Amino acid sequence: MTTKFRTQFAKALAQHEVRNNTESVVNKLRKHRLAAFPDQAEWISMRRHSTAIRANATSKLPQLLEQLETNLQRNGIQVHWADTTEQANQTVLNIMRFHDARFIIKGKSMVSEEMGLNDFLNTHGIECLESDLGELIIQLAAEKPSHMIVPALHKNRKQIARLFHSQFPSIPYTEDISALAQAARRFLRHHFATAPVGLTGVNFMIAETGTLCLVENEGNGRMCSTAPPVHIAVSGIEKVVECLDDVPPLLGILTRSATGQPITTYVNMISSPRKPNEKDGPTAVHLILLDNGRSRIYSDPELRDTLNCIRCGACMNHCPIYKHIGGHAYQTVIPGPIGTILEPQKNGLDSYGELTQASTLCGACQEVCPVSIPIPKIINRLRWEHIRKSSCSTPGAGSGRRKTEAIIWKIWAWNCIHPGAYNRITSVATSMRRLADRILAKISPWTAARAVPRLPDTTLHERLKALKIDNE
Amino acid sequence: MNDARNTILSRLKTASIDQTMPLARNISNSVNWSSNYKVQLFRTQLQSAQAEIYDATDHSWLMTLQHICQAKYLKNILLSPTTSWGEAIIENSTNLPSLKYYDDPVENWKQTLFEGIEAAFTSTYGGIADTGTLILWPDTQEPRMMSLVPPVHIAVIEKSKIYNSFAEALKAQHWNETELPANILLISGPSKSADIEQTLTYGVHGPKELVVIMV
Repeated sequence: MTTKFRTQFAKALAQHEVRNNTESVVNKLRKHRLAAFPDQAEWISMRRHSTAIRANATSKLPQLLEQLETNLQRNGIQVHWADTTEQANQTVLNIMRFHDARFIIKGKSMVSEEMGLNDFLNTHGIECLESDLGELIIQLAAEKPSHMIVPALHKNRKQIARLFHSQFPSIPYTEDISALAQAARRFLRHHFATAPVGLTGVNFMIAETGTLCLVENEGNGRMCSTAPPVHIAVSGIEKVVECLDDVPPLLGILTRSATGQPITTYVNMISSPRKPNEKDGPTAVHLILLDNGRSRIYSDPELRDTLNCIRCGACMNHCPIYKHIGGHAYQTVIPGPIGTILEPQKNGLDSYGELTQASTLCGACQEVCPVSIPIPKIINRLRWEHIRKSSCSTPGAGSGRRKTEAIIWKIWAWNCIHPGAYNRITSVATSMRRLADRILAKISPWTAARAVPRLPDTTLHERLKALKIDNE
Repeated sequence: MNDARNTILSRLKTASIDQTMPLARNISNSVNWSSNYKVQLFRTQLQSAQAEIYDATDHSWLMTLQHICQAKYLKNILLSPTTSWGEAIIENSTNLPSLKYYDDPVENWKQTLFEGIEAAFTSTYGGIADTGTLILWPDTQEPRMMSLVPPVHIAVIEKSKIYNSFAEALKAQHWNETELPANILLISGPSKSADIEQTLTYGVHGPKELVVIMV
């Protein structure tokens, strides 16, 4: 069976350099995370608290969004709502046009990736420049991020050195990581100073105070939200928390889960534009709240847990599938386990339903999730939605249903509840096992790379009878 | 866009929320360290994030500052002339590099700030021991870009204002009872990145060096 995803996965598996780079970085991230939670009891208590904070916020989502909006507006931050990515893009464009701006400098934002903002603005004659080191590398290479936290993890220093050398011929070729970072610093500094508009994502929005929290290490997020006269923040509607007290626990578990740091270099809490008599900071701050399917996901009590995600990336770092195929093979904005449940719900099971099969259901993702999202359970639920008969709230439900498969399972089910038929069929299968070997070897991709398990020459029932064991 | 707002909110409001998980915010797994231990932990954590730490007293901090400026061959330093720290520095400026003041809106001198200023000196609003973090509440006297743009950031912190944790600092300083400043910053080291091969490198876009004087 060859499909878009299977072809892509096979291609990804053949890219040995990408696989090595990916594996080496996720191994480091796992090690760092493990060292950051030395005490199991403390991890359990931190996780329980963070899970409760996110669940509480999600349960009050509409009320908290209204409270957030009121407080942000009181503080002077302009709030825009976008039902779709098109609306969100258009809002950014309107703000750019209002300020007569043709250049935007960007901090890391997965929501702007979701919007396809750079491409959209480019078609309207606006230049976008990524300022996070990883995002800049990706932009120069004209690629997409392969990880939420470390967007360029699929590239090693040699590849980046070649890329920088081809893009900035004036800079001497170097494979020294520090020199590469300094090259990016020199290149971007002038742009920070002159950009008319800066755009960033958001990690948490505090309803109680009307505050946007951004977490980062490089300082580019601070630059984008501080140096230009206009700051646009984009966020999914789910990123709201109820109060200030909810921030320290979430922050602590986010940074530890993501990179093993007790805290990032910068935590940037923005509550208003420049105040009277202040000498810097943007004079206008905009927040764009993006729905794009989130409120639909919210309508289902089980799928709703998807929205608790704080985007730490730990599930990717611990996923045996992600480690081997890398982020690009998913062909989604967000890859890895959280992507396999989020993207099909957002974009439809008809086009992304097969992604739910990119899992062994080993459960590692749920085990390391700082807010306990039951990813395997939701994967199973979506697998069922993908092949179910009736429709449901998830778009594309039932699109994966195949008649022959459904009939085979129906026969199987009937067989399992009719012992007479079951015994007869298993005994026939046993007696014809040489033929069965040959059929099994052909029908499954599983057996293409593995030895076919041989059917035994007697059935379990027959063997038990021979051993005189008979406890139905 | 108002349409979008109403559509989104009404969709969210029609969802059935059957149970809400109990959230106990005052769970006290909070620690209460001695002031000596807090200072020690604060220092260790900041040092492990590549910050330089100097111990000083109410009397010696100016000499420490002079020493730092000389050791780094700083040609100039940006500071606020109106904080008590800034006033003290101005009175004892003989052994210091040229003093610069942030007394104009940034638009009027952005290029100089980005290219001509080598260091900035700021006060802090407090510190956090368990993560090794400076709390800054930038204001009209000490604008936010002081701790961001110059390659060296020198910050002074009173040991008495170091709290056990971020959670404790929020409460002790009554953040939710005051009007928050436009921008609050938690700073835990010089700017860094591990975006290439997950290997740490310092001084990416923010300050390359963070120097902390504890008094």
